[in-house]
Amino acid sequence: MQLFPCPFCGPRDEREFHFAAEAGKTRPDTTGAVSEADWAAYLYDRRNDKGRVREVWMHLPCREVFVMERDSVSMEVLGTTAFRKAGA
Amino acid sequence: MSKRYSALTLLREGLRGHRGWAPAWHMPDPKPRYDVIVIGGGGHGLATAYYLAKNHGVTNVAVLEKGWLGGGNTGRNTTVIRSNYYYPASTALYDLSVRLYETLSRELNFNIMFSQRGMLVLAHSEPEMEMAARQVNAMQLNGTDAELLNADQVRKRAPLLNFAPDARYPIHGATWQGRAGTARHDAVAWGLARGADQLGVDIIQNCEVTDVITEAGRAVGVATTRGEVRADRIGAAVAGHSSVLAKLAGYTLPIQSYALQAFVSEPLKPVIDTVAFSPAYGTYFSQSDKGGLVIGGGLDRIPSYGQRGNLPVQEDVLGGLIEMAPMLAKVKLLRHWAGIVDVTPDSSPIIGPSEVEGLYVNCGWGTGGFKAIPAGGYLFAHLLATGAHHEISRPFDKARFAGGHLIDEGAASGIAH
Repeated sequence: MQLFPCPFCGPRDEREFHFAAEAGKTRPDTTGAVSEADWAAYLYDRRNDKGRVREVWMHLPCREVFVMERDSVSMEVLGTTAFRKAGA
Repeated sequence: MSKRYSALTLLREGLRGHRGWAPAWHMPDPKPRYDVIVIGGGGHGLATAYYLAKNHGVTNVAVLEKGWLGGGNTGRNTTVIRSNYYYPASTALYDLSVRLYETLSRELNFNIMFSQRGMLVLAHSEPEMEMAARQVNAMQLNGTDAELLNADQVRKRAPLLNFAPDARYPIHGATWQGRAGTARHDAVAWGLARGADQLGVDIIQNCEVTDVITEAGRAVGVATTRGEVRADRIGAAVAGHSSVLAKLAGYTLPIQSYALQAFVSEPLKPVIDTVAFSPAYGTYFSQSDKGGLVIGGGLDRIPSYGQRGNLPVQEDVLGGLIEMAPMLAKVKLLRHWAGIVDVTPDSSPIIGPSEVEGLYVNCGWGTGGFKAIPAGGYLFAHLLATGAHHEISRPFDKARFAGGHLIDEGAASGIAH
């Protein structure tokens, strides 16, 4: 099994992790009108890059949500960053 | 070049030591210009070229393949062909494919070994039996064949399954589609390539598209590892790499690429003559003519472009297999591999124009592309030749995402996608 690094628990079995979404999407500003195309792009379109990717993951046992950077071909993990602020 | 195949030519070549066979298709260099370029020499790309020539008389066509024919998902799937879907739009699409497959060997003069051995989708509880009845009703209303079987009827068709009352998931019955089956996947690619070649299509291997050339916002050609090629219309049928091509051309897709794994065992004496699928165990299998069990399951849970297997899914799928059919527990695996599949949010394909004028896409088949090869090619050829949707492909346009008309087969038919 591959080990993924949880920012809270450290290295754990890949089966404990849940892929949530690609990182960096911004929800449309609903204080103004949002077109169907913009909603569809936000909800459905993906970058789906081959190579280096930034994704939002959850470590299910501890519920830590974090950004993982990895390579989608070699599956090498390049780093993780917690969303949680230090000390919070 | 390749002549018509028959029992007589086989006998003659057998007596001559098989020294007289000609190549089944040409190996041309790319010309600078075509009417249509099809990117991707898998099943869908080759079928598109074949039907462009056959149905629409468009023969000035190039199929550009970065590797070898059928070396991607066409040669990596578990060869199942079926149309047991829930929504009318899906049945229209996949049943067209089954009907085209039924006559494809004869039409292509190439034996694709389509064996309509039927498929069981097991139901493991009384509530699942009610859902199975709903599925059968939907399929019959949509005009395809389906039957609801009780446990005794399932036992007659596949006695090796686990009918023990204390099984992890006891068998209560199954849905049955008798026209479903398996085919020799390499032969589908080779037969379509030979058919397209005979109609004048240029099939160009080892030719990777490295860029899409656009002029005034319109796609007018592609840069490849074998030079620049231009065309009036470009069709992309590149499965798991659809997003990579989209990035080159500048359009977007609602696609995530995942590895889908499959397994084949050592050859055994015949133990099952149908396809058996258990959604609860997440495993399905059939037996090839050579005796190997061909085993598949669900998608990997980690997005990937790595065309190789891994352990978590292997454990799930094979654990499911030996619960489904405990007598197979000691069977050894021969091979284990993965293909990269293009998964959409609703588990239905995308056929239609891209946001770049002149460039059309056939993608998003996810885990179900092989069964759809003839229909995907038939409908994509219609789109490329006429510039307009065939009635069957229209619901599968990318516009369904903005319009909210999803065809959510992942949820509806409960079939692994």
